[in-house]
Amino acid sequence: MRGADRSKNTQNLDKRVCMTNCPTLIVTVGLPARGKTYISKKLTRYLNWIDVPTKEFNVGQYRRECVKIYKSFEFFRPDNEEGLKIRKQCALAALNDVRQFLMDEGGQVAVFDATNTTRERRETILRFAEQNGFKVFFVESVCEDPDVIAENIVQVKLGSPDYTHCNTEEAVADFMKRIKCYENSYQPLDEELDGDLSFIKIIDVGRRYLVNRVQDHIQSRIVYYLMNIHITPRSIYLCRHGESDLNIKGRIGGDSGLSAKGQEFAKSLGQFIQSQNIHDLKVWTSQMKRTIQTAEAVGVPYEQWKALNEIDAGVCEELMYEEIQQRYPLEFALRDQDKYRYRYPKGESYEDLVQRLEPVIMELERQENVLVICHQAVMRCLLAYFLDKTAEELPYLKCPLHTVLKLTPVAYGCKVESVCLNVDAVNTHRDRPSNVNVHRTAEDALQTVPPHL
Amino acid sequence: MSAEQKELTQTPLLKIWVPGMGSSLGQRRGSSRPQFTNCPTMIVMVGLPARGKTYISKKLTRYLNWIGVPTQVFNLGQYRREVLQTYKNYEFFRPDNEEAMKIRRAYASNALKDIASYFTKEQGQVAVLDATNTTRERRGVIINFAKEKGYKVFFIESVCDDPEIIEANTMQVKLSSPDYENYDKEEALVDFLKRIDCYKMSYVPLDEEKDRHLSFIKIFNVGSRYLVNRVQDHIQSRIVYYLMNIHVTPRSIYLSRHGESELNLLGRIGGDTGLSSQGQKYAKALAEFIRGQSIKDLKVWTSHMKRTIQTAEALGVPYEQWKALNEIDAGVCEEMTYEEIQATHPEEFALRDQDKYRYRYPKGESYEDLVHRLEPVIMELERQENVLVICHQAVMRCLLAYFLDKSEDDLPYLKCPLHTVLKLTPLAYGCKVESFYLNIQAVNTHRDRPTNVNVARKPEEALQTVPEHL
Repeated sequence: MRGADRSKNTQNLDKRVCMTNCPTLIVTVGLPARGKTYISKKLTRYLNWIDVPTKEFNVGQYRRECVKIYKSFEFFRPDNEEGLKIRKQCALAALNDVRQFLMDEGGQVAVFDATNTTRERRETILRFAEQNGFKVFFVESVCEDPDVIAENIVQVKLGSPDYTHCNTEEAVADFMKRIKCYENSYQPLDEELDGDLSFIKIIDVGRRYLVNRVQDHIQSRIVYYLMNIHITPRSIYLCRHGESDLNIKGRIGGDSGLSAKGQEFAKSLGQFIQSQNIHDLKVWTSQMKRTIQTAEAVGVPYEQWKALNEIDAGVCEELMYEEIQQRYPLEFALRDQDKYRYRYPKGESYEDLVQRLEPVIMELERQENVLVICHQAVMRCLLAYFLDKTAEELPYLKCPLHTVLKLTPVAYGCKVESVCLNVDAVNTHRDRPSNVNVHRTAEDALQTVPPHL
Repeated sequence: MSAEQKELTQTPLLKIWVPGMGSSLGQRRGSSRPQFTNCPTMIVMVGLPARGKTYISKKLTRYLNWIGVPTQVFNLGQYRREVLQTYKNYEFFRPDNEEAMKIRRAYASNALKDIASYFTKEQGQVAVLDATNTTRERRGVIINFAKEKGYKVFFIESVCDDPEIIEANTMQVKLSSPDYENYDKEEALVDFLKRIDCYKMSYVPLDEEKDRHLSFIKIFNVGSRYLVNRVQDHIQSRIVYYLMNIHVTPRSIYLSRHGESELNLLGRIGGDTGLSSQGQKYAKALAEFIRGQSIKDLKVWTSHMKRTIQTAEALGVPYEQWKALNEIDAGVCEEMTYEEIQATHPEEFALRDQDKYRYRYPKGESYEDLVHRLEPVIMELERQENVLVICHQAVMRCLLAYFLDKSEDDLPYLKCPLHTVLKLTPLAYGCKVESFYLNIQAVNTHRDRPTNVNVARKPEEALQTVPEHL
């Protein structure tokens, strides 16, 4: 996760399998409006979520910083000497920042998001990477479907800072001319001429892929991810099980059934889902009683995933926070110090949870409309993936009972609609207290514990 | 849908919550992870002889079965051998050999019938049709058959022009085929090359344009390049990922358990203790053994548990820790002896003996859960070259079952004794196993299935096969 501190030389303490020995530079390739930025941002979000420090470098942004005001497509004309000079400068400035990120800031993957449509430009990048000892992996998006391109333009180009002072028609006309500027000099990656390079060519938004010379684990994971994502409109619904008997008592974990309020929620959830008229909805639960009871009330077939089970609190299972403070005050403090990486004795950490949930995320990417009925910590992890939250933020995301979050991909991100189903429930959210010191008083430790029976 | 809340009960063996009465809406109860296979899938191999089709077929089948997707290979060469009894020479494969063509179409059709039977009568989910399928006409027949029956089709084509690879394939697997029993090596090679020629004339590879409506992966030169078209669903996506991670570079995988632990000595399961003094001796012996093997670029993997890490430390080389390699979680039975389990949970103990693969400890895991947990480890093992995995008994059984294609019934009883290293080397279509006992005494931790697995059995019967301990 971005922001999480990963020390490079604590090899014995390093819990994760090392996936990258030398840093990797991912280079996008493609005409404008082919989804390069969409892919860059999504891939960056995914890699950060699975704990590979990644950052994207969008050359268009560098250009906007350099040329304060965008006038017209003429800037991109291949015979515009001054334009070419500025654009090359911007690319080099971005590469400089890439070097800094990968060498000095602990970055592992940098995504260089630009058209990179000529072999010459790509050569420059390859030389740069070789000098610095970076591996290079190209991601090319090729698409000739006019509908897809038009939709791209509407979704992300019209709202770009470049076109704030244009009306829609003017913007579209200018942008189409901009694409034309690149078309003549476009040299797509070629299986013969570029046979020695590592790349994936994505054709027609995932209809077909050409994959060449995958070098290592991280490139293999990137290819797998890119081959599973799609852009078909859909929504993902996330919610927790209904309030459980242990929730009411302020106890964590366990495998209890729903309380009376919880059962009410389950019914409301069923009604809510019906009212949403969702096409072909898939419902997923964990293998714990409370999510399954909730799903049963929704009244459609559901799939159980053990991977969606709540975080294992080990020796603290079924304890109240007050009891944890009493029996394990040191553990309690350590958890508050680093809630993301802290692992319960004989239990799990949020970090473990993310790893466990990766196949769920991968399948969510493949699917269309899905309702996931899960648990507090699990829902925080999934939400963090969709909303690009850091390791610091993740364990404190608010996921209250009896509230459904509807996530709909839009442009480069995700729209969130929160629907509270108006059935009372206890609050199970414990904020980080001000004093996380191991020697704090019990009072200080329990300062933020929500009320319970 | 009635508004009443159904009571849930937890199934005793799998520990899965199901509604109390009759039918329910949940699917695929038995697995820790949904497999997302609704309709059967036919995987159809395409390619000239000696392009690795059978290698891929067998390996893919082994993988799919291991992750719980019932899969079977249907190899046309075998059908041919059953019909013809003896192979004369390449002339059988000449495209102008009318009589042979008739015979070949007939047994190909039988194979399709057997596939249909596998799906409908044997609950198969994936069938791999291992044959050349080099003409559009033949592929058309298969596609029509699948359409009629409602099966999905996914083609895997292996394209290779490297003469060295083809010769290596031929030497490894063709010359020892039953077809060439009565040939000497030189003659066999000559005949086989003529056989390939018979197919070359009419070979129409899958084409990005003409076959753009089909779902397929084209593998070029043993994996340096792939063309993937129209992946339809989850299982095809997993298959593509798997195919893109396997390689044929020679290498060996070493599997070993941690050295004997303190809990091992006490006959207790699970836990997170350190090595006993014998265990420490083993760790040193393992280091010597590994040095003696002179392995190029060896990667060492351990779990997050003390005993595997202590073992790895003695090797003096960098190692990586995988939480996924942790021993099976015995839940409420952690750190108990079998005698204590029998005393405190006799019914659980019996259920486990009834179906050791699927049985899940209360608040713990099953072997089936373990397999799903280990899948990323297997995927990475496929990518890697020389690796030493220091793990645990149940974990090692799961990994071994993958490499040696053992069934769910065999898996939980595979013998993985302490202080023994297994060296696995891929060979032809399978895996060569060499076992090295490093001569350091250790307790036996292997408990065989007792004769009486009935819930009402006596404690003596339950404890009949418990190995000795302090």
